[in-house]
Amino acid sequence: MSRSLLTSPRAWRRPALGLAGTLAATLLSMGSAQAETQIEWWHAMGGALGKKVNEIAADFNASQDEYVVNPVFKGNYTETMTSAIAAFRAGKAPQIVQIYEVGTATMMHAKGAIVPVYQLMADANADFDPNAYLPAVAGYYTTTDGKMLSLPFNSSTPVTYVNRDILDKAGVDEVPTTWQGLGKALEKVVDSGAAECGLTTTWPSWVMLENYSARNDIPFASEANGFKGLDARLQFNKTAVVDHIQRLDQWQEDGRFVYGGRKDEAAPKFYSGECAMMMGSSASYAGVRDNADFNFAVAPLPYDADVVDTPNNTIIGGASLWVLNGASEAQKEGVAAFFKYLSSPEVQADWHQFTGYLPITTAAAKLTREQGFYDKNPGTDVAIKQMTGSAPTENSKGLRLGNMVQIRDVINEALEKIFSGDVSPQAGLDEAAEKGNALLAKFQRANS
Amino acid sequence: MTHFQRYRFTPWLLMAPQLIIVGVFFFWPALQAVEQAFYVEDAFGLSRQFAGLANFIAVLQEPDYYQALGTTVVFSLSVALGAMAIALLLAVQADRVLKGANAYKTLLIWPYAVAPAVAGVLWLFLFDPTLGLVSAALKALGIDWNHNLDGGQALLLVILASIWKQMSYNFVFFLAGLQAIPKSLLEAAAIDGAGPWRRFWTVTFPLLSPTSFFLLVMNSVYAFFETFGTIDTVTGGGPGGATTTLVYKVYQDGFIGQDLGASAAQSVLLMILVGLLTLIQFRFVERRVQY
Repeated sequence: MSRSLLTSPRAWRRPALGLAGTLAATLLSMGSAQAETQIEWWHAMGGALGKKVNEIAADFNASQDEYVVNPVFKGNYTETMTSAIAAFRAGKAPQIVQIYEVGTATMMHAKGAIVPVYQLMADANADFDPNAYLPAVAGYYTTTDGKMLSLPFNSSTPVTYVNRDILDKAGVDEVPTTWQGLGKALEKVVDSGAAECGLTTTWPSWVMLENYSARNDIPFASEANGFKGLDARLQFNKTAVVDHIQRLDQWQEDGRFVYGGRKDEAAPKFYSGECAMMMGSSASYAGVRDNADFNFAVAPLPYDADVVDTPNNTIIGGASLWVLNGASEAQKEGVAAFFKYLSSPEVQADWHQFTGYLPITTAAAKLTREQGFYDKNPGTDVAIKQMTGSAPTENSKGLRLGNMVQIRDVINEALEKIFSGDVSPQAGLDEAAEKGNALLAKFQRANS
Repeated sequence: MTHFQRYRFTPWLLMAPQLIIVGVFFFWPALQAVEQAFYVEDAFGLSRQFAGLANFIAVLQEPDYYQALGTTVVFSLSVALGAMAIALLLAVQADRVLKGANAYKTLLIWPYAVAPAVAGVLWLFLFDPTLGLVSAALKALGIDWNHNLDGGQALLLVILASIWKQMSYNFVFFLAGLQAIPKSLLEAAAIDGAGPWRRFWTVTFPLLSPTSFFLLVMNSVYAFFETFGTIDTVTGGGPGGATTTLVYKVYQDGFIGQDLGASAAQSVLLMILVGLLTLIQFRFVERRVQY
């Protein structure tokens, strides 16, 4: 319409008519859209994941005619959070925004900015059972008295990927379940020359500190890892974590461990056969399957036999969906309906099987098993078993620490200094804890 | 001059587009940053308290800030001087080429058309500790390249990538400057018995000084502000903060950490610092420029 206005001379000569036509068309299109309540959903899922997100929204939109969910890709997690905050400050916030797990404390303390999910569900009289969700997944986003603040969306947990070919060559039949056993197995790998590097890890702070603490039931920070209050302070420099980092530092000298980078940079070391094992997100399964030209297997994250007898569940990473304040009543009801749809076993099972992220409900996990997915894709159920093997304790529910993004950076910085031999493990972790505690104190001041 | 004084509004009108753009995209945000630097505020803007100089004091007490300052000095000096020296060398060589000069010039100018982030990714692939071609070659030479762990190597890598990116820009200006030098001057010097080296330092280089000075200012600004994309894609400020420059720290604290007060205080300090640097350049270095 607007194009013809600009190009056709007749439209120029009779502007009144042309304009009237445009106006009528605009009004008509608006009329049809306004019968349904529009809901904006900002997310950080690019590529194939983004397509899946669009598919879920489209299916929801087709399943009813009251609400329309519009997913908008806003860049990576940091960019999505920053733009949602900027939009909130400008009074133009989306109704739903996907926020990564380390942003949880910032979101939950922004009391006037968010609508907690439990409240949203209660206000909308939606039929909502918090017990349907996997405790180890939902716990990360739930208060100590069981109130769900945000809806878990894409969650993963660290597992161990192993190169079966290398292990066979080295004569390691079973992947050990303890760090002690793993040390011996990796020794065989390196000594036999089957691979020049035994083990590497992606996301070192998440795997080697946060999850090591959770799995072995040691506090990462005081105040139940921050769940009980803003005065939580880091404790990893006073626990078995120090011995663990010491161990990795030693393993580094004989090639049993190689540091690969802060995020996913270590993955090529495993894909190329340089390293026999890699610890990384369960959601990397598809990436490993597509890149590995060798037989691989998935094993649980090991536990430390010197610290515990039976391991805890591991904690999750990923993101959840937050509802921002400023939505109309109709929009809130729409969000509630959408969350209910999103939590249904069919949608969750499909999401879980397609992406490798964990299902958020027990029903979805059960459905996936019934559909035979785990039998067809061996190893995909390791993460879910690891998450549901035990009830989460205070130390394995998750982390609720302010400025967590920067704390992770501080920890990674310390690990890099330790592994490059600049400082001892104890001194490095002490420095990281001190810097991290300053960040926690800052967050406490700004939010109390 | 007197003729124009009758027109009181026309000059403003003609300058308005430029003034509006500078006002909206520079002065307004800059003033907001100055204001923000004196407040402590949560990310969502729900509470805001006047903090006086607390943000500045906190920044200046932070050891990381001085580490970033040191990194910035090393990084900026290496990038500005390196990019200019290599560009000058290439320009002098290209100026003497007779055959296929256009092909050489096009190839040398090419990197400027590459976005900083893309340039970063290119270098990242070359130097990736596992997959990179250069790192594999270095390994063959017995050098263990792992910029994910070695701060010095990481800094060297971002310096190289940034120099490569800026070299073309400098090359264009140096080449234009060289071509503007009258050949008769060089010929006269040659007749007087000056060798190529002497001719370069006594004739060519002084005549290039306006260009060099302009490039010094531009390259400092480039090294300070525009290398962000390269650093972000190549090292993300790591390892151990070894490649965190002042601008990168502003981004880390403000965008990733959502600590607006500290981030604003840092950008105000950075503005002052770069302002001072430009002032020094114009007051002291420009004196030695021969126009």
